[in-house]
This record gives sequence, C-alpha cells and structure tokens, in this order.
Amino acid sequence: MQLTLWTYEGPPHVGAMRVAAAMQGIHYVLHAPQGDTYADLLFTMIERRDRRPPVTYTTFQARDLGGDTAELFKTAAREAYERFRPQAMLVGASCTAELIQDDPGGLARALQLPIPVVPLELPAYQRKENWGASETFYQLVRALAGPAVPPSGTQRPARAAGVRPRCNILGPTALGFRHRDDLAEIAALLGRLGIDVNVVAPMGAAPADIARLGEADFNVVLYPEVASAAAQWLHRSFGQPATRIVPIGVGATRRFVQEVAALAQVDPAPALDDPGSRATWYARSVDSTYLTGKRVFVFGDATHAVAAARVAKDELGFTVVGLGTYSRELARDVRAAAQAIGVEPLITDDYLEVEAAVAALQPDLVLGTQMERHIAKRLGIPCAVISAPVHVQDFPARYSPQMGFEGANVLFDTWVHPLMMGLEEHLIGMFREDFEFREDAAPSHLGSHAAPTAAPSPAPAPPAAAESGGPIVAAWEAAAEKELGKIPFFVRGKARRNTERFAAERGVPLITVETLYDAKAHFGR
Amino acid sequence: MSAGAAVAAPPDAESCSQVPVLRERGQREVFCGLTSIVWLHRKIQDAFFLVVGSRTCAHLLQSAAGVMIFAEPRFATAIIDERDLAGLADANAELDRVVGRLLARRPEIKLLFLVGSCPSEVIKLDLKRAATRLSQSFGPNVRVLNYSGSGIETTFTQGEDACLASLVPSLPPEPADAGRSLLVVGALAEIVEDQLGRLLGQLGIGPVRFLPPRSAASLPQAGPRTSYLLAQPFLGDTARALDERGAQRLDAPFPLGVEGTTRWLQAAATAWGISTARFDAVTAPAAERAQRAMARYRALLAGKRIFFFPDSQLEIPLARFLAREIGLVPVEVGTPYLHRQHLAAELAMLPAGTTISEGQHVERQLDRCRAARPDIVVCGLGLANPLEAEGITTKWSIELLFTPIQGYEQAADLAELFARPLDRRMRLVA
Ligand code: SF4
Repeated sequence: MQLTLWTYEGPPHVGAMRVAAAMQGIHYVLHAPQGDTYADLLFTMIERRDRRPPVTYTTFQARDLGGDTAELFKTAAREAYERFRPQAMLVGASCTAELIQDDPGGLARALQLPIPVVPLELPAYQRKENWGASETFYQLVRALAGPAVPPSGTQRPARAAGVRPRCNILGPTALGFRHRDDLAEIAALLGRLGIDVNVVAPMGAAPADIARLGEADFNVVLYPEVASAAAQWLHRSFGQPATRIVPIGVGATRRFVQEVAALAQVDPAPALDDPGSRATWYARSVDSTYLTGKRVFVFGDATHAVAAARVAKDELGFTVVGLGTYSRELARDVRAAAQAIGVEPLITDDYLEVEAAVAALQPDLVLGTQMERHIAKRLGIPCAVISAPVHVQDFPARYSPQMGFEGANVLFDTWVHPLMMGLEEHLIGMFREDFEFREDAAPSHLGSHAAPTAAPSPAPAPPAAAESGGPIVAAWEAAAEKELGKIPFFVRGKARRNTERFAAERGVPLITVETLYDAKAHFGR
Repeated sequence: MSAGAAVAAPPDAESCSQVPVLRERGQREVFCGLTSIVWLHRKIQDAFFLVVGSRTCAHLLQSAAGVMIFAEPRFATAIIDERDLAGLADANAELDRVVGRLLARRPEIKLLFLVGSCPSEVIKLDLKRAATRLSQSFGPNVRVLNYSGSGIETTFTQGEDACLASLVPSLPPEPADAGRSLLVVGALAEIVEDQLGRLLGQLGIGPVRFLPPRSAASLPQAGPRTSYLLAQPFLGDTARALDERGAQRLDAPFPLGVEGTTRWLQAAATAWGISTARFDAVTAPAAERAQRAMARYRALLAGKRIFFFPDSQLEIPLARFLAREIGLVPVEVGTPYLHRQHLAAELAMLPAGTTISEGQHVERQLDRCRAARPDIVVCGLGLANPLEAEGITTKWSIELLFTPIQGYEQAADLAELFARPLDRRMRLVA
C-alpha cells in the first residue's frame, strides 16, 4: 500500500482511453463501476475535446456483483456496437472489474461481432497510465497489422527508384503534452526532406490505417513511452527500422534530421536549419549572459526530462542540479543522463519526495509537470512545465510545439520568461535604493503577484528534519545583517539561506560579516 | 442494462406524491461517493480522509479537485497494490503503517475517516475493524471512523451521506436536563450556515447546531430532544442514523430559493410554536430583498426550457425552484436516486407533467435531450463540452456543490448560475 496525495499517472485504462480517444472508428468497452466515468472529463475538460471519448462503461453496482456482471458486460458491448458501429473494438477491465475476473475478452468473443475485437489485459495494481497506453497501442498494432506480416525471413524489398520514401509517425495520443503541435512540426520537417507520411498513429488513425503500417519504409517514434513497444514489434515483423532520437531542442532536431535522412536515404541538408530558428541566437545574445549557470531542477516523463536537461545544459547554459522521472519503465535512460551530468537521478512517483528534493536544492528554476508547478509556487521558485501530467493550460490555443526548430523557440521563451530578464535584473539592482523600488517590487513582466524576493513560504519540513527538531539557526550580528541588506534583494534570500547553512554546518553560533563572505566564497555565487 | 426504461408507479404507499418516474438502467455518467471528499475536507477542518483504494480512486479525487487545490490537501489515497492483494493480513498491516506515517506527518488531525472504495469492498477489506483497531492505537487524540464512498455503493453526494451517517454514533448524547434543540444536517458553506443560524436565532429557535461541524472537537449532541432539518436532499442514511438516536426529522422542502427557504424555516418555527406575526417579521424583509435580486434573472430565464442529467440529487429541488420562482420549464429532471419520503414536499410542488427520471442510460438520455432541444442542460463535466459543441447550452452541475446556493441571500446567486451560460452565449458573436 502506498500513501499517495497526488499521482503523476492515472491507472492503465486511462492510457488505453488516450489511445482510443485519439483514433477514429474505434470503441472501448470498459468493465468498470460508475465513478470511473470521471475519466471522460479529462478529455472533455482538460483537452476541451468536442466529443466524449469513445468509451462505454458497464457501471456495475454492488447489487450486480452477486448476479451476472458478465451479462452486463455483454449487453454493454452489444449495445455499443449497435449504436456506434466502430470498425474495431477494445475491451477490458478497470481496477475493480479486474478483481471480479469476468474475462471481457472471452465475453466479447462470444458475441461474435463482425469486427476485430482486441482484448486488453492492463494490470491496474502494478501498472500505470503510460504503460497502459503503450500496451494498448502495441496490442492494437499486433491485432490489426498482424495479418499483413510477411512470412518470417522475408527480406524487405528495396524501395524502387523514383518512389519517395515513406514513414509512419508513432506515439501522439489524446491528452499528450503538446502532441498535436509536435506532430504538425515534425510532419512539416519530414516534408522538407521529401519524406511522405504513410500513417500517423494513434492520433487520427482508423483501424484500416493501423492495418497498413507495414507499408512504410521506417517509423518515427515521437514518444517512446507510448510507441516503443509497437515500433519494436513492427521492426521484428516488417523489418522497419525506427528512429531513436527525440527531436526536442535544436541539437536533437538536427541529429534527428540526420537520423531520418539516413533511414530514408535522402539528403539531410534541406532540413538541418530553419530561417525561423531563433533559440540558438537568442541564447548567444548578450542579454542571455545572466542565464549562465542558473541552477535548474528537471522532473517529468523520461523523454521530456532527459531532453529538457540536455537543452538546459547545452543550449541555454544552465546548470542542471537535479534530474528525475516518474516513468519507471524508462528510468534507465534518466539514470544514464543524470550520470552524464553528474547528479543523483530521482526515480519516484511520490510527490512528497520530489517536493523534498526541490526544497533541499533550492534551484533558480524548476522544469517539471503541473505537480512541480505547485511545488515551485509554494517554494517561491520560478517554474515552466515540460511534461505531462497535463492541465488545461497545457493545451494553448496558439501553435506551441516542443519539438523541432519552432519547438526550440518555444522552449527558450517558456523557460526564460519566468526568470528575471537580464537587463531589467541589472537595473533593479542598480536602482534598488530609489524610492520607486520597494524591496518587494517585482519586475513588471512577472505581473503583480510575483514577488521573487518574498521569503518562500516555509516548506513543510522534510520528515527527517522535523523529527530531529530541525537545524539550529545561527544568530546574525547587526553588522552582518546590514551587509546582507546591501546584497541585491533578488539573491538576498539565497545568500541568507546559504550563510545560515554554512554557519550551521560549521557550528558557528553568530554570523558576522566574515561568515557572510566565507559562505559566499564557499558557495561561489 | 437490457431492462430498458420502465414507467413505474411509486411503490411507497405513504408517499403523498403520485408522480410517475422513468426508471433507467444503463451506463451511469456520474461520480462515485469519493468525490464528496472534495468539499467535506474543507468543511471539517481537522479531519483527514484516507481513501483505501486504487490508483483510479486517487486519480478521480485529483481530477475532481486538483485544479482547485494547491496546498497539501487533507485527503489522500492508500493505493492497494499487488502485494496487498496476495493476503489480507498484509493489507491490514500495510494500512496501519500508512496511517502511522500519515498521522506522524499531520499531528493536527483529530478525526480520520477511512473511506472504502470499490476495490477495498470487493476484496472485503474490513475497514470497520481497522477503524476500531486504529482508534485504539491513536485515541483519544485521534478518532478513526470509516464509511464507504465506493462507486458500487454510492453516487457522488451519497458519499457525504455515508460520511455523516458514520459520524452520528459518535455524537455526544444530550445531557439529562437538555431542552429541545435544532440540528441542521448537511454540509453548507459557512456564510450560509451563519445566515440561517441568524434567522433561526431571530425567530427564537435554538440552540441550533450543525452537522457536519467545523471541527471534530465541536460535534453536536443528538438525542430525543433533538429535532433536525435536512439542508440537503441526499441524506437518507444520515437521517436514519439520527432517527435511531431518537431525533425527530422536521419535514420540509429544501432551502433553495425564497419559497424553499421560507418553508424550511417554517417547519422549525411550527415545531417551536413561533407566531405567524413573528415569523413574517423576521423572514419578510429577507424574502423581499431576495425577490428583488432575482427579478433580473427571471426576466432573462422565464419560459426557457431546462433539462437535468442526474448528478447530485439536488435536481428535483432545483427544478422546483427554477420552475416556480424563475419561470423555467423543466423538460426532464434526472436524479441518480429518488428518496420519495424526503422529497415528498418537493415532488408535490413540481409543475404537472414534468418528466422525472431515476437512474441513467446515458446514451438514451442524450437522445432524449437532443430531441427535446432544451435551452439549457444541467450535466456533469464529462458531457458539458460535447453538448456545447452540438450547440446546446450547459451548466456544470458540480458547481452547485461548491457554491453557496441555499438561503434567501443566495437565491439570486443560484438563479445567476443558470443565467450566466445563456448570457454568455448571447454575448459571443463570433
Ligand atoms: S468508482 Fe470505485 S474504483 Fe472508481 S474511483 Fe470510485 S471508488 Fe474508486
């Protein structure tokens, strides 16, 4: 049993819903109690979809348990088929129905519907949402594209001369973090390389499209969390290679173009740069100097977290002080990335652990999910959202991809915006004694509520500290306190914390001006 | 599910209303009782709600509440995993461990509810025994109670009913020399509680106590000298538990709108033998002010047709208010469950010919709704945007639980909730 306040991922059947809701002509019959219908609102409210997800819930009740919940399932499946006339059906159980073991797959087969029925086994007490999406997509691909698999040992015929290369784009789902816009960006990039898109799946695909996945020359995997398993099967079955690079950031986008061009045997040159790409130049412009070494904490799904850490370090000149993920399935990638950067990886789906890590590291910027946005808000730290779980704000009306060259522009804007603008920071420091600048004045672009100087509301003490009664805080000598007042207010809070920590670690009971500068020298900024 | 719709005569002989009801069975598009934790935990400020359930339960709570709450909430889920399913002895030990960790972290908690879910009920995890055991380990500082908010047993607001019913046995008995007192039952916004308390005080009715209380330390007393008024229409089990304590229910419509509020107060005034003159002197100014405030919405809404999908069990009192005081025409009033006895006064006031449906077959109900083309539809969050996209104006029903709507001063606010979506639709020209 795990004590959970907030969860990063929903149950695995929500992952299945993300696949089903993204597709056309499919219906998911879910054996589940009435409360589980809450999942519809994720799609209709958070993503503002204009139709209900294609899901029928059996909504069995306690009084049905002694009777025939299996019959209830069959009726629901039959009625759903008659009403919605899907071209394929997914059937499965949510956590409660898993316990009553009605075997939705077998029951649906007994109905002998004239369409493919794909049974899903999504163990709700072991697995979570992303795994559920991946498994659903994999099972669908196997079931629908399976009949077209050539006999094993068949060589994939070479592409005929004059025929344009074709790929599938795999991974975008409903409720994904910017999937809609990433897809547009990457499809355009492929177009510039002269590569045609055979099928995009799950987003927008009908069952008949899934059946012809094997016709493409290779697969572009945008979101490994969702599409890796299916891509591996397609590789084994049709000999289709798949991309490994996720094009987030300018560098990765270029490497992705090289990778794709090699798979398609085309010239990468037309897509290696983009006249609209500004992120690289903006990062080099002098105003960005102040971004140097900003300490960032990164947390998200594995793909976005690893990419964000790389972009933060290599393309913005930040210092990554923490890197973690809630995706245990892809934890290995995050461990490797963390090791390369030289930080301890944080692999957890416990929100409290992440909060404790952020509170301890006191970064300048948090790149995380909506959960970390809450954490950062409480700790008074700027934050930008880089990954699911999503919020209604993560479906902006404007075009706002994370991938490709335009995606890199978006990353620059959204990560830098929460930080103080360089020149403005400098001026505020210079004029801070002026009557117009109250100590708690915030830069105008942060709006009236932001007050980066305000001492962060006290973080809930991590349990360990609370038990030991907390660290003893040294007293400040008047002269030292005065000296502290001369430090620009937007770094004063940190200077105070660092000095107190320095004093506590050395058992210094009274902080003098000397202690202040000793600490400054020790922490180096 | 295949049974389909049936129009049945009320089975309840003592019911004073003979309204026919369309009984539906099929997919129910409603929350489970866990959802009521979202407002209950704000109400009882030193209580904590620990759901013993699955990741689905945690995700439901977060989806229903997450956008509204930033701080560390006073609810959480103990997520059952594979290892717990392997053997029940383990699950109990695990629960003890989780509760220990939680209470160490939150020493201010005085009342802990273990809330049962579908999975905990299907595996027959005995939360009653767990509550007794944990009360022994953590009492007297922390009282541990249990109830079910599972989707196989409860719908949305029934979670509040189950919670309050679980509190009733813990209410202190009346002292031997107690005079009569009034208990107002059902979670209300503080501002509403204060207004109703003031009116009752001016009428000379009292002492007045509230269930749920604002803190675990101020549990109201209950006994044969207690009369109680239900402030919410979904409290069948709580009423039964209070009856067992010897308390008497004062029958009344619910305090929505001027008429509902007046008749609700009247029920108490009659029981307390308050003169008509005094009653009018106290209530007339507030009622008159509310009428004035509502006039503007009546002008906008009168004659418009309204359709209710089942959700909170507030649908029938709301339809009664909107029909009689605002002039809306109820086309269909869906309710997840119809408590004929508690709603007798309400049913008698609904316009003749109103279709009432109980239970749900969401697809068939959507068909009826589309065919009826109402001017406004009251429905849950899963249906609202899809209906809007079809050109049908909607009002999310969940807001009716999070907004103060009872009493005189809120009557116009309540009308405004229905006027706003129509007003908005008229403003948007593009
Ligand atoms: S319906 Fe049951 S399983 Fe689903 S969220 Fe509610 S209590 Fe949990």
